[in-house]
Amino acid sequence: MSIDIDTARRVAHLARIAVDEADLPALAQQLSGILTFMEQLNEVDVEGVEPMTSVTPMRLKRREDVVTDGGMAEKILSNAPDAREGFFAVPKVVE
Amino acid sequence: MSDLTKLTLAGARDALRAGETTSVALTEACLSEIEGAGALNAFVHRTPELALEQAKAADARIAAGDAPAMCGLPLGIKDLFCTRGVASQAASHILNGFRPEYESTVTQNLWDAGAVMLGKLNMDEFAMGSSNETSVYGNAVNPWKVDDRALTPGGSSGGSAAAVAADLCLAATGTDTGGSIRQPAAFTGIVGLKPTYGRCSRWGVVAFASSLDQAGPMTKTVQDAAIMLGAMAGHDPKDSTSAELPVPDFEAALSGDIRGKTIGIPREYRMEGMPAEIEKLWHQGAEMLRDAGAKIVDISLPHTKYALPAYYVIAPAEASSNLARYDGVRYGHRAKLGQGDGIVEMYEKTRAEGFGPEVQRRVMIGTYVLSAGFYDAYYNRARKVRALIKRDFDEVFAAGVDAILTPATPSAAFGLGEMQDADPVQMYLNDVFTVTVNLAGLPGISVPAGLDGQGLPLGLQLIGRPWEEGDLLNTAQVLERAAGFVSKPAKWW
Repeated sequence: MSIDIDTARRVAHLARIAVDEADLPALAQQLSGILTFMEQLNEVDVEGVEPMTSVTPMRLKRREDVVTDGGMAEKILSNAPDAREGFFAVPKVVE
Repeated sequence: MSDLTKLTLAGARDALRAGETTSVALTEACLSEIEGAGALNAFVHRTPELALEQAKAADARIAAGDAPAMCGLPLGIKDLFCTRGVASQAASHILNGFRPEYESTVTQNLWDAGAVMLGKLNMDEFAMGSSNETSVYGNAVNPWKVDDRALTPGGSSGGSAAAVAADLCLAATGTDTGGSIRQPAAFTGIVGLKPTYGRCSRWGVVAFASSLDQAGPMTKTVQDAAIMLGAMAGHDPKDSTSAELPVPDFEAALSGDIRGKTIGIPREYRMEGMPAEIEKLWHQGAEMLRDAGAKIVDISLPHTKYALPAYYVIAPAEASSNLARYDGVRYGHRAKLGQGDGIVEMYEKTRAEGFGPEVQRRVMIGTYVLSAGFYDAYYNRARKVRALIKRDFDEVFAAGVDAILTPATPSAAFGLGEMQDADPVQMYLNDVFTVTVNLAGLPGISVPAGLDGQGLPLGLQLIGRPWEEGDLLNTAQVLERAAGFVSKPAKWW
């Protein structure tokens, strides 16, 4: 399976990474190389094998659905590139 | 005492308790070594004031007779760990300026045990790399040198490895997703332990691939790894995959007796084109364990060949999801926007500017293998192959094998920049002996075992049964003593 330029453009957009048109051919080639390496997995007989969900046989723990923390808006916003009046600020979103 | 920074954790601990030195003296000695080691580019954020404050507090505790396990011992911390109020940016431009308001559980455990933080250590960006060449801080450099070339300390925990090997700190934290503790440890002649998945909390450690990531110690000796793992480990309700198991006294498990143990030698690790000296070292390691009374058996781990391709589906898939949080909204870098740019342009420009090329590549590969139409063909298939890789190990352990001996790396340290024009897959091959251990969630340790023909360190890896780090460390110490590796890099920095 090789990745063409259109697929590379689509993947970059899905990943929300801007890639210049001029860089797409090289990117497509690199991604194809990595995918070719992964194709080896097709040699393995995986009939009847369950995909692994947890490497150690454990059940994820549950806890009471209660508030355990909070009241620290200032701390949460302290690293924001743009925060105003207790909120994260982003460019206007119009759908 | 002279040469304070050359002490092991155990040696410094005993000297502190005997009143032969102080934590302040140890810490000042390390800070001065760090000051003079700019050429290694290992420490990227220094915290001398915090270090001296912690050292004074440690000295007071020692004087009061209340000294916990790591009291007064100065450490370096990989930049991947969030440390309160101290820059923590996973060696990425996208986390520029990030100062967490919280402390990772592992580092908090170390401070609770009395340890002292000297600063943050260089690494590959988001722990994605095997040579420390993808860091926003620039390359970390291996203190070992054989000619004019600057060599890689390995990756991703390259700064940690360089700092410990060069005696800038007594020990350091690392993290290991596919070999990121064990490969740099082998390249620099130190000990690196990846614990069983779930032994150390992942809370507050910047996530790369959550089902594979584990923190562990990088130290000068196996005994030190036992001491430091004891302080780092433990159940944490804030990490749902952290195991609710008691932490045994790993140091007490170092009996030096491995008589009757069974050590497996997996035939699939005998790779085509493997350098003869690595093959020889591996053989010598097996002989050493046999001489110590262990039984050496040939074993088979038939799916070994598929570990790397499975890893390079699973790890990027998880990374693409974990790294979605870097969007220029909550922390770190945000791109300057043009007229009319909306939120999608903000995300796309921020991530293009903030992530380096290797991280971008892995995020995109991960996005692709998780996208509609390819999820079953790549991601689900890789998870099935992962189950088979784990089954291989389960069967070998069920047949009575106590530990598995392999080479740690397919070569000694290579020159920085030498792989620049290589295919990304060539770099991935560095992890060929280590990555299976992450996929199966097992503990693995790299022990320095000898020098190659050029005079560079080589390591051997021991793989243990899940949750039996104590037993693994004991076997590793027997190997360490038999190998008698005492070489140190000559100081040029």
